[in-house]
Amino acid sequence: MLDKLKKMIDEKFAQAPSPEAVKKAIAEGQIWKSIFRHGYPDTPRNRVMAVLSNLFLHLHPVKARHSGVKMSYTWCMGGLSFFLFLNLTVTGILLMFYYRPTAEYAYYDIVALREHVPLGIMREIHRWGAHAMVIAVWLHMFRVFMTGSYKPPREFNWVIGVVLLVITLLLSFTGYLLPWDQLAMWAITVGTNMARATPFMGYEGPGASMIQIGGVHLVHGGSDIHFALLGGHFVSEATLIRFYVLHCVVVPIVAATLMAIHFWRVRKDGGISGPL
Amino acid sequence: MHYILDAIDFVLQPWSYFLFSVIAFWAMIKYRETWTEPAFAVKLLWGAIGAIVFSMVYSDHFREIASLPDNVPIFLMVFSVGFFTWLSFRQGVLNDRRIAQGQPPIEKETSDKKVYVWPDLVYVEFIATIVGGIVLLVWSLCLHAPLEQAATPAWTPNPSKAPWYFLGLQEMLVYYDPWLAGVVYPTLILVGLMAIPYIDKNPKGAGYYTFNERKLAIIPFLFGFFILWVTLIFLGTFMRGPGWNFFGPYENWDPHKVVVLNNVNLSEYIWVRILGIGLPANFLIREMWGFLAVGAYLVALPPLLTKKIPLCQELLEKLGVARYGVLMFLFLSMASLPIKMVLRWLINLKYVIAIPEIFFNI
Ligand code: HEM
Repeated sequence: MLDKLKKMIDEKFAQAPSPEAVKKAIAEGQIWKSIFRHGYPDTPRNRVMAVLSNLFLHLHPVKARHSGVKMSYTWCMGGLSFFLFLNLTVTGILLMFYYRPTAEYAYYDIVALREHVPLGIMREIHRWGAHAMVIAVWLHMFRVFMTGSYKPPREFNWVIGVVLLVITLLLSFTGYLLPWDQLAMWAITVGTNMARATPFMGYEGPGASMIQIGGVHLVHGGSDIHFALLGGHFVSEATLIRFYVLHCVVVPIVAATLMAIHFWRVRKDGGISGPL
Repeated sequence: MHYILDAIDFVLQPWSYFLFSVIAFWAMIKYRETWTEPAFAVKLLWGAIGAIVFSMVYSDHFREIASLPDNVPIFLMVFSVGFFTWLSFRQGVLNDRRIAQGQPPIEKETSDKKVYVWPDLVYVEFIATIVGGIVLLVWSLCLHAPLEQAATPAWTPNPSKAPWYFLGLQEMLVYYDPWLAGVVYPTLILVGLMAIPYIDKNPKGAGYYTFNERKLAIIPFLFGFFILWVTLIFLGTFMRGPGWNFFGPYENWDPHKVVVLNNVNLSEYIWVRILGIGLPANFLIREMWGFLAVGAYLVALPPLLTKKIPLCQELLEKLGVARYGVLMFLFLSMASLPIKMVLRWLINLKYVIAIPEIFFNI
């Protein structure tokens, strides 16, 4: 009885199509082709097509220097920075579902996120991802420097990179305020206090007292750059909404735009650098 | 055991911390052939891990600070910067040996070969994504994001610290006023970084790891990154307590610690202590020594150096006047931080130029 069953199963399996054949059938089928516009990428032609006919993959060239795709060369740090950015975008959107940027609600929404939302770790992913992104971007810059990859023709992409570094820090900094706890409020207070001392533009900055018309000071505590940044004399609810808008809208848009330029330039400048 | 901890606390002061990090930096450059050997590097790694475990076990204070959730990334930073420094120096050292023998760098062996991005690059990216995703997920499951009490303007925590990645700037506030430490220097750092490709005219060392071919670029860059950024973040996290006073890494943060502040301005040094005539009323005259010093440092020093130091002469010839001028300005600006630190420690110098009347203190 058992033997019979075994035999039957064996026979059935022998008749079944091989995994290769299944793969082929799927990759040659109408559905696959309609989505990807080419067969399974195991032939040179289809590998070229895989990159060219995919909006996301076409950020890449079709072929790349062998030395440049090695992990020991790039450390994958640029790619990881980008991956973390995408991660932060997704978790950030989830957080926006729950969070209201007002002094009344902000803190309690964050508490609720931990207490009441099932599997509520998107705040953790978002926060640790943000820290990790700062580190990844530094390391990426470090590797670009150590391989001398800023040398011609890549000078300008390095400059774009420096701006991306600033943007990354700004993203992290504006986000730091949003939990609206003591840690947030005072770290932002310490950080933004500097703005008061901006030369000419902050009221405690050198030269500010010289900007006056007929004895009336134009740069004072209620008109300087510190006030503009905070929407007041202190970190307050007005600051919260400013930082929220900067953090969720303005800075990410700038970041995404600059990243697009950055990646495009990597290709235009001849792909990842390598020895001549 | 507490004798050892106390001894470390006693030895570590801002000046000795700086001195030790500079010595370590010098040794890193000088003995790169030795420490980049994998066997040696593993010992260094164990040493670092050992030091941290030791500190965590024997010092409650250190453990408390180190395990604040927002300080955990600092360890990630320290270890990853350490590892990647090793990785880049290792490859640089190996390449330098090859170049010395007239061979091309290792990267050259595969750089002429082109591979298909699908699958050769896409799968690397895929693996990196998965590994990165898993690490992030585990980290997030294990460690709660910090949340303190609700914000209140009524109670200021002491110490109040900026987010960790800005602690280098906050540390600079000890030595320079906010307009410099918080505005001018950050701007100069960014401008300086952006200027690197336009100043570094050395055609060698593009697209592969090397040290010997790019010494002049690598040493100042790493000095800034390691000594003036990473180690200052570490110091700001573990050794700055209430009132931004300095504490040893194992020393309890006593909010009542009193530090004698007897810093003296340059103008007082000269007018009062040396010339003995008292401070002049007009602040431009009062601060003329400071203006002279700063002017000499930024304007007279660069041309003077070309006369005295052959290397500077060489740079001037290679780069031309404009590039040399910009390079020197940026370099001297960077050097002004350690110089001010040393002057503070040696002669308690407060300000070189002190015009609080218009918030202009240097
Ligand atoms: C949000 C921040 C950033 C992202 C997402 C990013 C992403 C990338 C990626 C994916 C690459 C391809 C090669 C690689 O992965 O190493 C790259 C290359 C490059 N990046 Fe970035 N980057 C960022 C910031 C920076 C910074 C801060 C700098 C320098 C200051 C920089 C300068 C460069 C340069 C010069 C290249 C070309 C390198 C070569 O050809 O070898 N980037 N970047």
